[in-house]
Amino acid sequence: MTLEIVKPGLATSVQDLGRPGYFHLGIPEGGAMDRYALRAANLLVGNDEGAACLEAVFMGPEIRIGADCVLAVTGAEMPIKLDGETVPTWTSFAAKAGQVLSFGFLTEGARIYIAVSGGIATEPDLGSRSTYPIGMLGGIDGRPVQPGDVIPVGEDGAAKPCLSVPEDLRRRPGTPAELRVLPGLYWDRLTEASQTAFFDDTWTVASEADRMGYRFKGGRPMEFVEREQPFGAGSDPSNIVDGCYSYGSVQVPGGTEPIVLHRDAVSGGGYFTLGAVISADMDLIGQLQPNTPVHFRRTDMDQALAARAHRRAMLDKLRNALAG
Amino acid sequence: MKTRYTYGGDEHIYVEMDEEMSLDAFFKSLSMSEAVKAANLPGVLDICPANASFQVRFDPDRIHPEEMMKRVQELESKADQAEKTLRTRIIEVPVFYKDPWTHETLMRFRERHQDPSGSDLDYAARINGYADADAFIEAHHSAPWFVSMVGFVAGLPFLYQLVEREKQLQVPKYLRPRTDTPKQTVGYGGCFSCVYSVRGAGGYQMFGITPMTIYDPKQETSYLKDFMVYFKPGDIVKWKPIDRAEYDRILKEVEAGTWTPRVAEVDFDLDAFNADMKGTNAKLMEALNDA
Repeated sequence: MTLEIVKPGLATSVQDLGRPGYFHLGIPEGGAMDRYALRAANLLVGNDEGAACLEAVFMGPEIRIGADCVLAVTGAEMPIKLDGETVPTWTSFAAKAGQVLSFGFLTEGARIYIAVSGGIATEPDLGSRSTYPIGMLGGIDGRPVQPGDVIPVGEDGAAKPCLSVPEDLRRRPGTPAELRVLPGLYWDRLTEASQTAFFDDTWTVASEADRMGYRFKGGRPMEFVEREQPFGAGSDPSNIVDGCYSYGSVQVPGGTEPIVLHRDAVSGGGYFTLGAVISADMDLIGQLQPNTPVHFRRTDMDQALAARAHRRAMLDKLRNALAG
Repeated sequence: MKTRYTYGGDEHIYVEMDEEMSLDAFFKSLSMSEAVKAANLPGVLDICPANASFQVRFDPDRIHPEEMMKRVQELESKADQAEKTLRTRIIEVPVFYKDPWTHETLMRFRERHQDPSGSDLDYAARINGYADADAFIEAHHSAPWFVSMVGFVAGLPFLYQLVEREKQLQVPKYLRPRTDTPKQTVGYGGCFSCVYSVRGAGGYQMFGITPMTIYDPKQETSYLKDFMVYFKPGDIVKWKPIDRAEYDRILKEVEAGTWTPRVAEVDFDLDAFNADMKGTNAKLMEALNDA
């Protein structure tokens, strides 16, 4: 069984739940930007939750199906067409050999996850099939898909069509989107006024928003607590001696436009970070389109852990809803 | 040095040994990250040592962040008492300074540079008080370097020179980062040298290029069969200046799988180094030249 890429879309790549454990060598975890949507897609077609899917951003690919199978598409809202006939999102459906899967225009969110029963079976690198183009790892030769690619698919399991994720278990960012941030790291580099302004201002997603990070613009420029720059840090007040970056950490080069590092983050560098988006909200970032208004909300560790527990409970509900 | 502990969201603990860069801060960050590794704490996903700091990523479903923080803090006294010695290796890395490829690239991005009139090396030489680029190049390769961090992108080493503070070379990064840097460019930013492991964006000044592959995801390079990344924190590097002919020869041999870098096992003692830098470096070079 294979999937043949007729049209690739914008930047469609093979992703699973990533390869943790190599960040100390500069190799990021990677994997689906919206991990919940990837899990849902897999559960719909009877795969292991962490099986590899195709992640497409803003624009869907066109794919010729190699053999009878069950498919599901989750994440963003983008009309799904099978040989031109519309099929529902967040719902499994049967496809026959030779049929063509295509997509209409994006109406909500940013990234779709296309799961196929059996899961994508490209060769894993360091334990994962996730595509990491900078390091040439995973996917097909470490790159996004191209026209003519023939993607291998694993053995079909016990997939059932017409399974559907209940409406209340489809998670999407609101408008304006809210991202909860735990202040920390180099938070104290900012003046009190700038600390307050960061949370008060309305930011919008800039066009530089990809798997490495999301840039935001529109808030007030930040001011730094005065100091003599430490040896080795560089002369700009936003510089530090190069250190590690946390996933979700918010850096503000030059104090102007915050960048939230995401799955394919660079592992370190010389910019101060003011804290990090909590783990429970990382998936939401993967569904933000450019120009979306965003509020950063200040949170504390207890709330961050409660949000994480809430996400876990929602995932359990999803598993129950789609079991048997 | 005053250690600072903080959280990076709900999944990371970030420990800064010192605000400023020093060999002492690097040694302590390496030694403490080793101690965290050895402690085998539950839920740890990644331990990343950096120049003067390190980070632990963990699964907060398996260990409460406050508990993890406590356990990491407890290891500091252990790291303080650890002997400041390191069993490591010294590696000779050939560098073709003033090469045509980084020169072509730096000319393309001249408007992003502090001094568009000359090359990155001319600029670095001038602001560090050297007569010309050649004198600066000599300072760059005459004393060895510590790999103080591996990261940014896959397999990229940051290096810190084993010389007195007043002899440290310091160069700012580009005013705006380039969108392109040749693979295996030897770069410089702040007080750090680096080798760009892959082609891509970058903000460090460009001094030259090495024919030595340092990242090979296909693991076809003869000395990267065991793992795709060559460098690790604690490695010691000695740059060896080479010309175009030698660059071409080594590049061909790397591709043919017949070249391996010159490497020697060495012990590094921080106290001995601080007491006698010249003598310690001479011993390191002796070991390398015997290899």
